[in-house]
Amino acid sequence: MGGIYGWPLMSAAWNGLGGLADTGVQAASAGWPGGRLAAGAAWLKSWLTEPLTWGSALTITLWTVLFLLIVLVFVTYAIYYERKVIGWMQYRVGPNRTGPLGLLQTVADILKLLMKEDTIPRKADRVLFILAPALAFVPAFAVLAVIPYTDRLYFADLNVGLLYFAALSSISTLAIIIGGWASNNKYALLGGMRSAAQMISYEVPLVLSVTGVIMLSGSLNLRRIVEAQGDWFWQWNFLPQIIGFAVFYIAAVSELNRTPFDLPEAESELVAGYHVEYSGFRFAFFMLAEYVYVYAIAALTTVLFLGGWHPPAPFLDFIPGILWFMLKFALVVFSLFWIRASFPRVRIDQLMSLGWKVLLPIALLNVFLTAVYMELFVK
Amino acid sequence: MIRTEELLLNVGPQHPSTHGVFRIIVKLDGEVITEATPVMGYLHRGTEKLAENLNYTQIIPYTDRMDYVSAMTNNYVIVHAVETMMGLEVPERAEYLRLLVMELQRVASHLVWWGTYLLDIGAMSPFLYAFRDREKIVNLFNELCGARLTYNYMRVGGVKWDAPPGWLDKVKEFVPYMEKKLEEYDRLVSGNEIFLARIKGVGRYDAATAIDYGLSGANLRCTGVEWDLRKAEPYSLYDRFEFDVPTGRDGDCYARYLVRLAEIRQSLRIIKQALEQFPADGPTMGKAPRVIRPPEGEVYVRIESPRGEIGCHLVSKGKQEPYRLKFRRPSFVNLQILPKLLVGETMTNLITILGGIDIVVGEVDC
Repeated sequence: MGGIYGWPLMSAAWNGLGGLADTGVQAASAGWPGGRLAAGAAWLKSWLTEPLTWGSALTITLWTVLFLLIVLVFVTYAIYYERKVIGWMQYRVGPNRTGPLGLLQTVADILKLLMKEDTIPRKADRVLFILAPALAFVPAFAVLAVIPYTDRLYFADLNVGLLYFAALSSISTLAIIIGGWASNNKYALLGGMRSAAQMISYEVPLVLSVTGVIMLSGSLNLRRIVEAQGDWFWQWNFLPQIIGFAVFYIAAVSELNRTPFDLPEAESELVAGYHVEYSGFRFAFFMLAEYVYVYAIAALTTVLFLGGWHPPAPFLDFIPGILWFMLKFALVVFSLFWIRASFPRVRIDQLMSLGWKVLLPIALLNVFLTAVYMELFVK
Repeated sequence: MIRTEELLLNVGPQHPSTHGVFRIIVKLDGEVITEATPVMGYLHRGTEKLAENLNYTQIIPYTDRMDYVSAMTNNYVIVHAVETMMGLEVPERAEYLRLLVMELQRVASHLVWWGTYLLDIGAMSPFLYAFRDREKIVNLFNELCGARLTYNYMRVGGVKWDAPPGWLDKVKEFVPYMEKKLEEYDRLVSGNEIFLARIKGVGRYDAATAIDYGLSGANLRCTGVEWDLRKAEPYSLYDRFEFDVPTGRDGDCYARYLVRLAEIRQSLRIIKQALEQFPADGPTMGKAPRVIRPPEGEVYVRIESPRGEIGCHLVSKGKQEPYRLKFRRPSFVNLQILPKLLVGETMTNLITILGGIDIVVGEVDC
């Protein structure tokens, strides 16, 4: 048992909700290998209800590592996907040398970073310098816990999932400021400060833009938000909440520090911005965190606005929900790549005025319009 | 009160956007520049001094390395100076070849500028598109003279190599290709809102300032001054062609951008006409003596390089080597306005303005 089959298992285990038989039946009906799963679930249930022993602690650790690996493998190939897509857009072929079709390129890159000398500048603040990459890394992974991939496939079913996502993701701002400050480098400091300003400014419209979605679905639980969206694709939130969607998308790109809002690391001005002094695996931590976060945001977009695992029309539901989720998710990620390949970078003052003077009022207007709509039609 | 300090930031010599080993020391108040001091000389190779111990043919490869993005025009300025001094007649076919490669070089040079400028502003793809199209020109040059960057193509009295069979047809094919690509560039970049917001009104100066600072090329024409040596003092065969001198109005980075793109179009126009007029046959090397010894005296010639007026002041004592050789390098002269433009701008605009001036550090330091 491994790979994807572990996921529903884990969700069942974590929730402690669905009874053992339930899980088995649901899994079987969804086309998963039911028997094995049910047996596995029974076994899992048995040790979850037992007191903590060395054995169960080991099992939990192994599961955690396994899931971390799944996410890492996923990110590895997402980076490959990005490099290929952007390569094709730029009349290049992208990575094609390491392994068949270049599939091992990212692995090789990570290995290279692992083997590099780990340098810490003498005048850097050692503790903060070491802390920053970890601080960037952890929240990026932690936010993945609340993403529901299908109605049964998720790590945790938090009632305040969206709040959890927003709260944790703002921690990564701290990591960037700390990294920029601790490096004791002027470029890094400028990058860190820019990033602080940018991420705080865009956190506000980002959260406000999803308020409309929360109002429509009446829940902060991401699974409920998906369920509240209708069966047909025009009933998904991106159309009724078109303003919110636009604001969310722009703010999200900015939160991700990607082109055209990649100012914290604006290569042409700040060389590399906040991570200019980082090398080796500490640098890889920042990069990985950034990519994991890209996928977290893309998944969140899918969940909030694109109907999650719902097929675009009810008669298409013979295709498993997870595939629909992956398809929509891939589209969102692709659009991010596309933007990266097409646009120049905005200036910091333009970025600020866009955030505060344009996006924030529009997001507020969206909340107001949604409220009016709810009052008139829903009540 | 918060205690604030101004930040002294070293931009370069190792920096991705200073286009080589150029360095500016900027004082920053927050992100606003209060003072900027360019530091030059990291790429100084003493070309002018070296030339005093070289004979004239040996100097030509050194000029390749001045403005290495536009080696053909540099080749031309030195051979043009010597030819003017000796009163040498250059065969028509050679002169057409020279003109053709100079105009192709102008297109290639502006493409490099266009791509790297967009890269400075944060867009990655245009850089690769520009280099894809420049590659065609580089391949043409490679076929013509066996080099991709430092061509060493021209000689006193003519050119080293005649066009290989089929070469002119390839140039003919390139012109419509490039025209189509230019439209693509316009669609992708010229109307982009972010791009316009970044460069409109940035790095502005008026015509009087530009003339006071001795600016030339697109840096001067962007203020509306119609000054192009190809029109004003036609050298080579430029009086035989119909072309316009594109000018801007506002004198900002956007005007410079538009002027350079328009210049590519004008160059393509000249190339098209040159191909039509191209002499079917003839020598590519004039009756230059084996040992080149210009008569005693001095001469100053100037031509329009992609970056502006490149001049060559040659003093000869009748020997095989020049007594003194001085190049007026447009990148160096144009750069002098930078400290004035930077004060009060943000760090981001530093890159926009520096990129807009279009320097080549090999030429700044020479």
